[in-house]
Amino acid sequence: MSPRLLKKNLLRLGFWCLIGILLVYAVFPFYYAIVTSLKPSSALFQVSYWIDNPDFSNYAAVLNQASFLRAIGNSLVVALCVVTLALFLSLTAAYALGRVKFRGRGTVLMMVLGVSMFPQVAVLSGLFEVIRALGLYNTSWALILSYTIFTLPFTVWVLTTFMGQLPHELEEAAIMDGASPWVTLTRVLLPLLWPALVTTGLLAFIAAWNEFLFALTFTLTDSQRTVPVAIALISGGSPHELPWGLLMAASVLVTVPLVILVLIFQRRIVSGLTAGALKG
Amino acid sequence: MIKLKLDNVNKQLGGARILRDVSLEISAGEFVVFVGPSGCGKSTLLRLIAGLDSICGGDLLIDGRRVNDLEPRERGVGMVFQSYALYPHMSVYDNISFGLKLAKTEKTSLRERVLKTAQILQLDKLLQRKPRELSGGQRQRVAMGRAMAREPDILLFDEPLSNLDASLRVQMRNEIARLHGRLGSTMIYVTHDQVEAMTLADKIVVLNGGRIEQVGSPRELYEHPASRFVAGFLGSPKMNFLPARLHTPGETSLIDSPLLGMTSLPFDSAHLAADSPLTLGVRPEHVSLIATQGNAGVVVAGVEYLGSETYVHLETGEDEPLICRCEVNAGWHVGDRVELQLAFDNLHLFDADGTALRRHPAVIEVLAQDILQRSPKAGAL
Repeated sequence: MSPRLLKKNLLRLGFWCLIGILLVYAVFPFYYAIVTSLKPSSALFQVSYWIDNPDFSNYAAVLNQASFLRAIGNSLVVALCVVTLALFLSLTAAYALGRVKFRGRGTVLMMVLGVSMFPQVAVLSGLFEVIRALGLYNTSWALILSYTIFTLPFTVWVLTTFMGQLPHELEEAAIMDGASPWVTLTRVLLPLLWPALVTTGLLAFIAAWNEFLFALTFTLTDSQRTVPVAIALISGGSPHELPWGLLMAASVLVTVPLVILVLIFQRRIVSGLTAGALKG
Repeated sequence: MIKLKLDNVNKQLGGARILRDVSLEISAGEFVVFVGPSGCGKSTLLRLIAGLDSICGGDLLIDGRRVNDLEPRERGVGMVFQSYALYPHMSVYDNISFGLKLAKTEKTSLRERVLKTAQILQLDKLLQRKPRELSGGQRQRVAMGRAMAREPDILLFDEPLSNLDASLRVQMRNEIARLHGRLGSTMIYVTHDQVEAMTLADKIVVLNGGRIEQVGSPRELYEHPASRFVAGFLGSPKMNFLPARLHTPGETSLIDSPLLGMTSLPFDSAHLAADSPLTLGVRPEHVSLIATQGNAGVVVAGVEYLGSETYVHLETGEDEPLICRCEVNAGWHVGDRVELQLAFDNLHLFDADGTALRRHPAVIEVLAQDILQRSPKAGAL
């Protein structure tokens, strides 16, 4: 083998090794959760990396808990509301920030960015007071409100960037055609922003779906809880027992919808971004 | 009939005055071209007329009605953008019909109008295509169709051909000219390309630094430029400028130029003082060359062969070489010594501010005879 060929093959080998390491690092925890969830509790502490004889008793147990199903429903409602609300507000805000020139635009954008730098814990107590004052404690609205607050800076920022990249003449053409700002936004700019909307919407959904701290703080009863809290509160027969099988089964069930969503939309995201929608 | 009138229109952006006291009248059905170097305010003027920018001072009247504060759609204007700005997600049909739909046009007449527009622009077969599936020229036509569909009285074009390649540009230029003949609507066209301006315009408006330099037909502007700027802007290669000095002012000026010596020219310079600096302008096609022997005349510094003609660059001691348009087989070579002959009927004389001096036609004949007596050809060097 010539040295050059050897070098090439070695490089290729190294490349695939790195990919392998990355893959194991990213996927192994999730894979182990699946493996664990498919074991009966008696086999839980035998270390094995393969699914020998799948046992679905954990899944059956989780799905038989009415409170867990309820929590999934709550999470779904909250996440969808957050996505809708955040996209609507940030789209209109992005139109103003990205297309209209006004004094203080830069300041507003910096403030938006600055607000998103606060850690959740820092605003937790203040937000708690607000939610109590609004009478939203222990309702889904408390979560929708607080998640939207935390999602908006990100979505506004991303959409403003995308909006700013659309050519100005497109908007002026719409004005010449007699379109109002609202018509321009919804019928000319919105269709071109689909890829950006899908991406940011998906990220907002994931954030709302996985959020734990606010969900734990602002809800009290089983009927209002969202999935992350519900999973955390799954308990075993005695205080000293952690039902790993149940926990893992619940986690897998909760993660699967997200994976499916990403798989559905990733094609749209990619195709949307590469279609060159901006070139007239 | 006056279609559009600009009355002392001003535009300021930040501290900069972009347009200064622009006054202009445009008749119905006229094809007007705004031309000027980049940054002269021509596009701004077009956008003011369209209603995309606001007017800071002065009045804009369409059909005698003041429209300063009207929305673009209320002004009855359509606009074609430089980058076409087609809606990428809509088919050609939807692009053309968008404005009509917003104007709540009734369905059957909307369809009729779109089809008619498409037919005029030969877009019939492309109606279902998306803009990205069209060629540059087709996109250009869709952009025009979109502007035309609402049948505006005034069509505005903002450098519409600058994104096309050279051959397509010529073709689209002809199509626009035909379209104007067919529609008969008033058209205002912005370009920095003087060939487009010369070929398309009924009336050219030359802008410079936010001011109108001159308004007139292409021929008027080419043959009787009112200022040195207009003279230098129109024509390619551009007019040659030679320094000169006024020796004796009067109805007929006696001037002294390093290149020409003392010459009497039929320009009225009675208002100027003796010895004031002047600029003599002559177009490349009005210079002819004769071979000389010895050290007389000037040296050929370069020869540009263009196929149909040749540009000969002459070393005159000025910053820029003097350019002469010659026949291809005139056979000049670099280093040849030549004598210049200027066609005196086509000379231009400008004062120190760049304003053209008035030429009187009567004197030209007298002078021509005078010159004929002195030399068998026109005024020799």
